[in-house]
Amino acid sequence: MIINHPLLGPRDAAEFVYLGDASLINRPDASSDDAAQAFYEYLYLRDNPAGEHKELWYHEQGDRSWLVVTRNTLTHEISKVEIARDVARAAGGSA
Amino acid sequence: MSQTNRIDGGLVNRNQSYSFKFNNETMHGYGGDTLASALIANGVKLVGRSFKYHRPRGIMSAGAEEANAMVQLRTGAYTEPNTRATVAELFDGLEAKSQNHRGPLGFDVMAANDFLSPFLSAGFYYKTFMWPKALWEKFYEPVIRASAGLGSLSGENDPDQYDKGFLHCDLLIIGAGPSGLAAALTAGRAGARVILADEDFIMGGRLNSETHTVDNMPGSTWAETATAELYQMENVRMMTRTTVYGAYDHGIFGALERCTDHLFDGSGKPRQILWRIYSKQSLLCAGSTERSIAFGNNDRPGIMMAGAVRSYVNRYGVTPGKRVSVFTNNDDGWRTAIDLKAKGIDVTAVIDTRSIPAPYNVPNAATIMGCRVIDTVGRKGIHTIMLSSGQTMKTDCLAVSGGWSPNVHLTCHQRGRPTWNEKQACFVPGGDLPVGMSVAGAANGDMTLQSALTAGHNGASSILSSLGMSDAGSKIASASEESAKVSAFWHVTESKSRAWVDLQNDVTTKDIGQSFREGFKSVEHLKRYTTLGMATDQGKTANVLGLAIMAECSGKTIEQTGTTIFRPPYTPIPMGALAGRARGKDFRPFRLTPSHKFAEEKNAAFVETGMWLRGQWYPIAGETHWRESCDREVRATRESVGVCDVTTLGKIDIQGRDAAAFLDRVYANTFGTLAVGKVRYGLMLREDGIVMDDGTTARMGEHHFVMTTTTANAVSVFRHMEFCRQCLWPNMDVHLISATEQWAQYAVAGPNSRKTLQNLVDKEFDISNEAFPFMACGEVTVAGGIPARLFRISFSGELAYEIAVPTRYGDSMIRAIMQAGEEYNIVPYGTEALGVMRIEKGHAAGNELCGTTTAANLGLGMMVSKKKDCIGNVLSQREGLNPEKPLQLVGFKPVDTSISLSAGAHFVTKGAEATMANDQGWMTSVAYSPILNHSIGLGLIEDGKNRMGEIVTAANPLKQSSVDVEIVSAHFVDPDGDRLRV
Repeated sequence: MIINHPLLGPRDAAEFVYLGDASLINRPDASSDDAAQAFYEYLYLRDNPAGEHKELWYHEQGDRSWLVVTRNTLTHEISKVEIARDVARAAGGSA
Repeated sequence: MSQTNRIDGGLVNRNQSYSFKFNNETMHGYGGDTLASALIANGVKLVGRSFKYHRPRGIMSAGAEEANAMVQLRTGAYTEPNTRATVAELFDGLEAKSQNHRGPLGFDVMAANDFLSPFLSAGFYYKTFMWPKALWEKFYEPVIRASAGLGSLSGENDPDQYDKGFLHCDLLIIGAGPSGLAAALTAGRAGARVILADEDFIMGGRLNSETHTVDNMPGSTWAETATAELYQMENVRMMTRTTVYGAYDHGIFGALERCTDHLFDGSGKPRQILWRIYSKQSLLCAGSTERSIAFGNNDRPGIMMAGAVRSYVNRYGVTPGKRVSVFTNNDDGWRTAIDLKAKGIDVTAVIDTRSIPAPYNVPNAATIMGCRVIDTVGRKGIHTIMLSSGQTMKTDCLAVSGGWSPNVHLTCHQRGRPTWNEKQACFVPGGDLPVGMSVAGAANGDMTLQSALTAGHNGASSILSSLGMSDAGSKIASASEESAKVSAFWHVTESKSRAWVDLQNDVTTKDIGQSFREGFKSVEHLKRYTTLGMATDQGKTANVLGLAIMAECSGKTIEQTGTTIFRPPYTPIPMGALAGRARGKDFRPFRLTPSHKFAEEKNAAFVETGMWLRGQWYPIAGETHWRESCDREVRATRESVGVCDVTTLGKIDIQGRDAAAFLDRVYANTFGTLAVGKVRYGLMLREDGIVMDDGTTARMGEHHFVMTTTTANAVSVFRHMEFCRQCLWPNMDVHLISATEQWAQYAVAGPNSRKTLQNLVDKEFDISNEAFPFMACGEVTVAGGIPARLFRISFSGELAYEIAVPTRYGDSMIRAIMQAGEEYNIVPYGTEALGVMRIEKGHAAGNELCGTTTAANLGLGMMVSKKKDCIGNVLSQREGLNPEKPLQLVGFKPVDTSISLSAGAHFVTKGAEATMANDQGWMTSVAYSPILNHSIGLGLIEDGKNRMGEIVTAANPLKQSSVDVEIVSAHFVDPDGDRLRV
């Protein structure tokens, strides 16, 4: 596969390390009353869509950017690649 | 043997005479021959034995689809089994042997299987070798494996070199037949970056095997002209002997180039190159493959595909027979008779299954319409055919054409399914093709030469416009007319004898019927039950025939029956090519520390840890066993001083206004309170509450920390921290850099370590116990101004330091330390002594941080701060991770101290049976302590802290050992830590 890195252009997927569902960006608030349940869901419950999927890839053999890649799990078509930090900031990432 | 079947003409070079051996018999052929054409030239019909029944078999095709003529090529370590003679280029000195027979090829004792065939039908193995079960591994399987299978491996290392390479292009054209050449001309003239790849050693495809004309010249001449023009273009890369074997995501293709397979001696050049080709667009011009018709005894030597007969006659100048018959269900098959006549070869008859007027006139040959071949005679070479009309004919070669199947394989590599074209009786590409792919020529069902040339040109034109280029006015070449009329006719139902569908795996029409009757009706089940299409040829000639017969059995259409999934590779790829240079010591790269040369000089034994080579122990004169060296290194360090290269530990430089706050979140314990100039042990959890890694982190400044990780986890911890920084807390002002390779770091341990370092650290830096106490850190200079970082930390439990210098000083630093410690008899110590000392001290390491243990398990539960959030904090409090009697890390000592403990042993109550139900934990690390003079161990056992002094049994059923051990403190040496602080 080829991932079109927003900063570096098209790069072979072999340069990246895959992590998983991009929902891992949304880490729950540890101080909330239902933190245990929220962390359980955050860590273990995932959608497994046959189709469009947002996922985290790390450009380990490159610039060390974490990326949010929107990929179709049926066709491997990649429709969008974003810098994960931008996504996390837009989502209101803490601190 | 002489070339009895050599005829005039063809594209072979008669000035280039080659001598070769087949089954030790010397024969001759010409440059441009394949092994198959040379064997035919020498009148060889019988070239191998079939897979299951050991039936005599000959050459049935002239290409990559060959199912029969598999040979063992070359000798010694260079030997390669299952090489298709039809694609093996002849060279002077070639040696080949036939496969799969016991005794000579002409008298194979295993041919008895053929007479046992009523018992050897589909599913035979599944049904027969059921019992007694014990016989399977020892008897049935070895016997079956010895009698089936084809060629054999040399058992030696492959002496050849293989390479891997990467190519990029605008347009990859797969196949250089008429459509591929036409497309390459159009795209190449327009200036596109083109790769044209073909598996053959000359470009042109079927143009070289047919007698068509293109632009008023013989097809092969047109191909030669086009090829010459393309070779002149700098923007076109011409790749012969290159099979594009797989279509992968996003326009990436795999290709195998055979560089020296056609040479007697590769002269040290890579034998093959595995290419990864990145294309913007691709045009599949892979042509088509002729399929057979199933009739009684249709597998005899001398029965060939009709198109293959034309290849041999027209391209190679050899004839497979002197009196040839043709059996066809289509017009194309007739061309074989016409071409043979043109070469002056007798054609006995053309038998056509269709009840229509003969489409061509073949002089002096019987043309029999609406008729079928029902059986053949001639065990080692066909001599007679029997027809459905009752006629019997003498013939020494039967050319069969069941129609042509487009080579749709690469269109299906991403699960695309071809669609059935009823009119052309073939599957054509359908559904979703791989990204950027289009198809032209026979591969797309353009079955006449003119339509292929047109489709190639048009395909390239539309690709050019999609690339924003325009074609340079190339014209479509014009070809002689031909007919591609075909009928769907699959097998001769009147045949009483076995009729083969898959020649390589010996699958007959009866097997398919049986598969249907026994309920294996879907094509995927049919394939697995009968092994149809599962041989090295992957059913190139067999699959369509097989599923057509299955469709007939089930009363469904072929469209409804469907095909099995096509997967890469298109043709077999040697393991050596997939491995490339990654063999032996080059399997993966390894890393050397700056002291490597020093360690070699000290005769170090090396061990690979996280790709690094680390000194394991340093034997001195007289030491013959590693334990002697290790024990000495431990004693010397604990008694005086030792030095160990710890460069391999991961080092992460952390800077920024939020650096301390960041560390508080990634570490379970607190770092915000750490004073500048101090080091703290840090424990890192995974988000699920399990321990991820540990190490020390030094605060070099208010906003500057240096973290160490374990050698093994250096990469994954850094990745995790980048994830935390970028994805979880994107607004924190903190930056990370891996500094593992920037600093050479040495542990100097032992009571004389300070004195040693005082000889080395420049005098203006006071490193006395008062000025530089336990867990201090700071920047110093050594040896007259060389910058260094000094950390007073200890893994061994002794007074110890780690000192880091820029990597370029690493080699001189270890030598300087050795010199500085000379008066204290300093020794270098390796990872074995390091391990012994940390077990003596009770420090957890990789064996304990094994991905299943919690901080509480390791006795570090108090470190998980309750005051702050950190990765893993919430889930570490889960009920399941906090049982009433948790596993706890404690020490173990054998009751009988003469016995050695073994890691991995499981604990049970003393004397209890070693069962899962009785399991209470396991021994994680063991060592022989040269200080205590007996074996010691660390381990995790339920409620261990409360069981000091209890005797339990450490059972190791794998080694049939059972040792009584006492639960003791994990701190075997200096439990109060006094030595650290002196």
